[in-house]
Amino acid sequence: MSGWTRKDLLGLDELSAEELRIILDTAKAFKGVGERSLKKVPALRGHTMVNFFVEPSTRTRTSFELAAMRLSADVVNISATASSLQKGESLKDTALNLEALRADIIVLRHSSAGASRFLAERLQASIINAGDGAHEHPTQGLLDIFTMIEKRGSLEGAEVAIIGDILFSRVARSNIYALNKLGAKVTLVGPSTLVPKAFEKLGVKVAHRIDDILETADVVNLLRIQHERQRKEYFPGIGEYIKLFGLTKARAERLKPGCLIMHPGPINRGVEIDSDVADGDQSVILEQVTNGLAVRMAVLYLCAGGVGLPS
Amino acid sequence: MSQEQPETLLVMDADAIRKAIRRIAHEIVERNTDLSRLVIAGIPTRGVEVAKRILDHIEQIEGVRPEFGVVDVAMHRDDLRRRGRLTAVVPTELPVDLDDRVIVLVDDVLFTGRSCRAALDAISSFGRPARVQYAVLVDRGHRELPIRADYVGKNVPTALEEKIRVRFENLDSVPDSVRVVRPVKP
Repeated sequence: MSGWTRKDLLGLDELSAEELRIILDTAKAFKGVGERSLKKVPALRGHTMVNFFVEPSTRTRTSFELAAMRLSADVVNISATASSLQKGESLKDTALNLEALRADIIVLRHSSAGASRFLAERLQASIINAGDGAHEHPTQGLLDIFTMIEKRGSLEGAEVAIIGDILFSRVARSNIYALNKLGAKVTLVGPSTLVPKAFEKLGVKVAHRIDDILETADVVNLLRIQHERQRKEYFPGIGEYIKLFGLTKARAERLKPGCLIMHPGPINRGVEIDSDVADGDQSVILEQVTNGLAVRMAVLYLCAGGVGLPS
Repeated sequence: MSQEQPETLLVMDADAIRKAIRRIAHEIVERNTDLSRLVIAGIPTRGVEVAKRILDHIEQIEGVRPEFGVVDVAMHRDDLRRRGRLTAVVPTELPVDLDDRVIVLVDDVLFTGRSCRAALDAISSFGRPARVQYAVLVDRGHRELPIRADYVGKNVPTALEEKIRVRFENLDSVPDSVRVVRPVKP
């Protein structure tokens, strides 16, 4: 497999369509491991992975941890509150210490965009970006796309609507970059404060009413309203948001029969999506979680076998 | 100065490969009376092709086609750091219930035996087959593990630094062939 040489996964913007396909194909093979009676392979035996989460997370951290365990790697978890960052140690010094302990792979979640690149350029270890500020969350983007391709066969010409808080969303950015490369047509939907027209420069359409995309979308990917990142001036208020952008039962009935309903979680039931819709037939929200494990196994496997930064 | 090409020696042509695979198919049929329990499972990439051809021959000989399988070994190797490049990982395909099955594992070249060891590990994570047999198109020697093949197309004695190059027309767009490749002397 000559196409994969990277030691790090920092974002989907920098990957070629071929590299994206290599990850997705590898993930397909690793998904089968979860269906065996013995759900473990020795590929990363002797490797040590550190989950370094400076921002809170349950599903991403657990997913990476399980992925590493299924590959037979050893795993250490560090959270911000339990680390020396609290004592004023810099990110770089903490990371150098992790490397001195011979960590082979560092999975980093950080509130600053570019934090994972900063480490990748300074450490021998493989760095996997598990979300850096509002920049990228590549494994979430990959698992979304893996799920779409698994359900639809191809993304060529597919109408994908991403709905909600695009401005602050690293999930949206990773999705946009990869969807564009794989031939999908992306429409971003949300209030103009959270979906500024400037996004059209990325080669996507922008709409300000969910009703505009209901009849045409093949996939609707609903983003969580990130209450922790919102400031009043950006956000119209929950009631108004639901009225204009919530995927209510009535709206869900207007979707095409095969349209996939996706959400990266955690769901705000009754805000982005009605409870009945989240649990309905078109929802693939829990399959996204299962696929996330396969995608992360693929990323860990490929990066552990990769050979240094591309020049 | 022109670059010196490595010396290659043809050890099997298309006809020899066809006859060897046909003989292996006969031997498998002879040793396994119940073809309905049999799974012919290839190790990617070229082992899968050999497995398919064995199945074609068994079908011609006996009129029944045993089940086909694929056993991925890439994720079952534990020498990721020692290899220069990654091999593609592909999904393993085996029947759901292996309990009463006989699996014939198929590869193109038997060398150190490490692929076979990894394949046995992979199979055991799916279940416990009644028996596993091993068929290879070429046995080139130099085992590093106590492993031997039940069915061998051709024994080709080699020096350690030589390579065996197997090519199949439908995969490689060149005529079917097995060659020994000698490295260029410095």
